[in-house]
Amino acid sequence: MNYFPDEVLEHVFDFVASHRDRNAVSLVCRLWHRVERLSRQRVFVGNCYALSPEILIARFPGLKSLTLKGKPHFADFNLVPHDWGGYVQPWIEALSNSRIGLEELRLKRMVVSDESLELLSRSLANFKSLVLVSCEGFTTVGLAAIAANCRFLRELDLQENEIDDHSGHWLSCFPDSCTSLISLNFACLKGEINLAALERLVARSPNLRSLRLNRAVPLETLQNILMRAPQLVDLGTGSYIHDPDSETYNKLKHTILKCKSIRNLSGFLEVAPRCLPAIYPICLNLTSLNLSYAAGIHGSELVKLIRRCAKLQRLWILDCIGDKGLEVVASTCKELQELRVFPSDVLGVGHAAVTENGLVAISAGCPKLHSLLYFCQQMTNAALIVVAKNCPNFIRFRLCILEPTKPDPVTMQPLDDGFGAIVQSCKHLRRLSLSGLLTDRVFLYIGMYAEQLEMLSVAFAGDSDKGMLYVLNGCKKLRKLEIRDCPYGDKALLTDVGKYETMRSLWMSSCEVTLGGCKTLAKEMPRLNVEIINEHDQMEIGSEEQRVEKMYLYRTLVGPRKDAPEFVWTL
Amino acid sequence: MGVVGGGAGAVSGGGGSSTSDASMSTVSKEDNPVLSSEDSSSCLDESELELGLGLSLGVGVGACKAQQGPRGGQYARILTAKDFPYVGSSTSASVSSSSSSSSSSSSSSLSRANVTAGTKRSADSVAAANGASQVVGWPPIRAYRMNSLVNQAKLPATEVFNSLIVKSRNSNPAVGKGTSNACVNANEKGQLRSSLFVKVNMDGIPIGRKVDLSSHRCYETLAQKLEDMFATSSTIMNSIRSGGEEHDMMVDAITPSKLLDGSSGFVLTYEDKEGDWMLVGDVPWGMFINSVRRLRIMRASEANGLAPRLEESNGGQRNKPI
Repeated sequence: MNYFPDEVLEHVFDFVASHRDRNAVSLVCRLWHRVERLSRQRVFVGNCYALSPEILIARFPGLKSLTLKGKPHFADFNLVPHDWGGYVQPWIEALSNSRIGLEELRLKRMVVSDESLELLSRSLANFKSLVLVSCEGFTTVGLAAIAANCRFLRELDLQENEIDDHSGHWLSCFPDSCTSLISLNFACLKGEINLAALERLVARSPNLRSLRLNRAVPLETLQNILMRAPQLVDLGTGSYIHDPDSETYNKLKHTILKCKSIRNLSGFLEVAPRCLPAIYPICLNLTSLNLSYAAGIHGSELVKLIRRCAKLQRLWILDCIGDKGLEVVASTCKELQELRVFPSDVLGVGHAAVTENGLVAISAGCPKLHSLLYFCQQMTNAALIVVAKNCPNFIRFRLCILEPTKPDPVTMQPLDDGFGAIVQSCKHLRRLSLSGLLTDRVFLYIGMYAEQLEMLSVAFAGDSDKGMLYVLNGCKKLRKLEIRDCPYGDKALLTDVGKYETMRSLWMSSCEVTLGGCKTLAKEMPRLNVEIINEHDQMEIGSEEQRVEKMYLYRTLVGPRKDAPEFVWTL
Repeated sequence: MGVVGGGAGAVSGGGGSSTSDASMSTVSKEDNPVLSSEDSSSCLDESELELGLGLSLGVGVGACKAQQGPRGGQYARILTAKDFPYVGSSTSASVSSSSSSSSSSSSSSLSRANVTAGTKRSADSVAAANGASQVVGWPPIRAYRMNSLVNQAKLPATEVFNSLIVKSRNSNPAVGKGTSNACVNANEKGQLRSSLFVKVNMDGIPIGRKVDLSSHRCYETLAQKLEDMFATSSTIMNSIRSGGEEHDMMVDAITPSKLLDGSSGFVLTYEDKEGDWMLVGDVPWGMFINSVRRLRIMRASEANGLAPRLEESNGGQRNKPI
């Protein structure tokens, strides 16, 4: 393969964009490995503990964009203790000491401190884009540093982070010379915002395409903002409450008519439904609608809104839409590709919920559906079989029946057949989350049919070690397996230890694995970190038969991590 | 065995391994077909399964299914999360112990259903207190979303908002802004609730109390709470009071309706964000929560110009829960 000079190879590789393809390219031969790594600009690290910053920097000197993920997925549900890890500080320190001109940093489930943000903002001169998803540990002080020091900032996107709000002044820290903003999302901030500063910022950002406001931004300000930025493509409203007979509301109605580019709409964190008609004119253009935080829109108002959104491709809503509302979605949104239905009733107050009927209606009406997250009261095998037949294109299928181990309410059977139908029919399925009553049989089906499956989430399911073994044996492309409250023990864990090096990670909590089993695994597989989370000091060092409550293992190039807290044992 | 079932160290006050539990008595190993999975797993056979798939539900893998078949009601007694009350409950300990002692570890669904054990964190006790799913980390909703749902549920936006010209929406009781002592505990790992403690003073009682407004959803329950708080001090009040007329009024227990309608001789008032003292009960609960700074149970004689609300029947809005 040495017919071409490096530049030609590089040019060819420019067309190879996806991480996986580029990783594959780098394995062909040494030459390709070298050319690829020197020209690589975007790197995705699915587990920040799988390698070290130094390794990354050494291999990819041209790095411009880095994505890092920290804590295991179940940390989202409070299953991982607070100080478990996932700190971004070492990465930022290493990057700032290197010659890497990083421009974009995307973090998920990591601990980000104000110091990290300040260091980032001061040491990376060309920094343009910061995206933080489900992170924690920082405050508006850190945001102020980013605003003040990143002269070429284009994107500041904060999604569902826990941020301590010390003041709304961070917005004022954007200097007047900052006119490069393209995307600003601070919807998750809980505190006040300097509204005047916000309006001025929008006014001097002609390239602004995406703006998501927080609850503290009132409708008057929204009106002013839309006047200045009718070119917005993505809008998240803040507080959407006003008197529909007011001057302000009337102005808003007219202003919105000019916003012909809006394709994504979200927010409505507080909403007065009688003000919704103002947005009707843009509904037909919408391809993405997120009302999953809009608890104030329900019933007929919600349905009226949805009926106008014929071009929706992505819809996130609360289950107060009900089965009837989902039927409206099915008949209106023929282009729907992704649907997420979240529960609204976590306090047990008895709001409407959805059942299998809503899902069946959706599957019948929306043949392009490929991604689903569905929280429901119940599900039947019959419904799942119909859904599988209607929608063979599922890539992500995540079903959460709210009551653990609930069977098919009609037949009282486990849901093995239903999920079996899904995996058999959906040949491109990459992600699956199970719920309801399930025996080992469903895992046999999964092992047999889910050939493309990469991520599987299991809770309260299965009868024996066989379940887990079917999956480990059958799913060749499995990368992430997370299991909680299942009866899998050491036999399941230890039968195929080599498998874990082909995966990113395995999480098992409230299962039957023992300390001895985990130790054996750790001994046989030195390139895995087998971590036990010993939260309440309940584990005794000597006793091998004691059950391990939480185990998280992952492959790594760099051995046990040095920042593990006391309650995390790396075996 | 160092750890029983699901992390016994975390379960406080557990009954250990010998208590039997009423809620478990309806389910025995023989009854629950899921528990007799040892048999069903032995008939799992790849060739038979292919037939079972998709053809029908309930026919298929021969003998195994028959076992699981028409169990009707007993099957319906599959243990749900509700059967495992979480915080400091002896039932969870007995569940875990019965499972580990009565069945092999790999085939017991009871052990699987030990959802309550292990990770006892303050989150979970709050989740249980909230009456939500009492299972740790279930349903699998991101903590951020869970917190904001909980906060939203406590602050309903009623239709009344539509007809009011709302002033600047700078108030958010979830943020720790000074006056109303609200604090968001969403940032603290594991806590779901945002609390809203305000001072309550009653005329004639030098020592005030504090009440958590976020644990109420309507005026009735708040008034009841206040009555409970101050009813016990009535004897103290009697002894402090020297005036005869007030003493007579104090003899009656202060019932909620009397607090709210002023017939007890006291009116319930609050100081709002602007420093004005207002009568409790006029505005929807959500608006009240947004603007209240502190409460005062005021002698009616001092509440100049406030007519007793005996005949008012707009209890609908006031008393409306979420």
